[in-house]
Amino acid sequence: MAKKKTPAINSSSTADIAFLLLCYFLMTTTMGSQTGLSRLLPPMPDPNQKIENQQVNQRNIILVRVNAANNVLAGSEPIAVAQLKDKIKDFLSNPYDDPSLPAKTPTEIEGYGTYNVSQGVISLQNDRGTSYYQYIAVQNEIVKAIDELRDEFAMSNYGRPYIRLTEDQQDIVKKAIPQRISEAEPKDVSQRR
Amino acid sequence: MSKFGGSRNNKEVPGISSGSLSDIVFMLLFFFMVTTQMRESENKVVVKLPEASQSVKLERKDLASYINIGTPTRQYQGQYGTDARIQLNDSFKTTDDIRDFIAAERESMSEGDRQFMTTVIRADEDVRMGIITDVKQELRRCSALRIMYQARKPAE
Repeated sequence: MAKKKTPAINSSSTADIAFLLLCYFLMTTTMGSQTGLSRLLPPMPDPNQKIENQQVNQRNIILVRVNAANNVLAGSEPIAVAQLKDKIKDFLSNPYDDPSLPAKTPTEIEGYGTYNVSQGVISLQNDRGTSYYQYIAVQNEIVKAIDELRDEFAMSNYGRPYIRLTEDQQDIVKKAIPQRISEAEPKDVSQRR
Repeated sequence: MSKFGGSRNNKEVPGISSGSLSDIVFMLLFFFMVTTQMRESENKVVVKLPEASQSVKLERKDLASYINIGTPTRQYQGQYGTDARIQLNDSFKTTDDIRDFIAAERESMSEGDRQFMTTVIRADEDVRMGIITDVKQELRRCSALRIMYQARKPAE
């Protein structure tokens, strides 16, 4: 009797099957890296607490308003979104110690020494009718101004841009140039005509 | 003559073995299987994200809860109209439901991670700020203070 040989299974089609599956996952995959602008909301004021007069010196605050027609007002003058970044940079850095621009207080920063930290606060107000698109554009310009200031600080002190610093150095830069954006309590701007 | 025994006359090129092809493809397959993530919830609102060049990556994706804001998709417009609506999980909700939503999201996280919870606001660029201000106020009331305005980086 002849010895029965089991025929080998033809494996050339496994590649095809795997390709099909591969195509399926290639199609459905979303290399979703979500990006966005991070913010920390202020906590809700305690209703029992008396409203303290949180008076910030007038020179230390810049009011950025966006109205329902998406016009931007920085300080007291209308401004284009493209110019907002330079305005904010001037405001925060105050290179010539202009008395109308924010004061600087020498602050001890651990690992760096004393640095004149600007006291400037950017207060952002919007109308209920402002479009989200414009709001994000304004937020983006403000963040861009702060990022550029941080980059300049990092370049002059460490010779490298901010993102290439070590974590400790980044913390120092963050303390030297803080991101102080206040998203004010909603006000119905449209009612005041 | 030849030391290696190859005869000079036999010049036939050996066929390339395709046996390892499937292994390579399987490896690719596993890569995509691991990196892929299925969309958990169906989008019922149209969201076209605004552009922001300074946007940064979301650090802990597992700690994010999403609030979608936009106009309902065409199939729901008959029922819900074309005004901007809030979508939480899989259904249309109002600002009053955000409290329960945040509480449920918080509940599902471990104790230590709760303080790092981030609420991602996925809003359409044409939405008016009124609805977003309402959402923000509600989030402040629930003390879910870490938020992120989702935006996309403009193509360079």
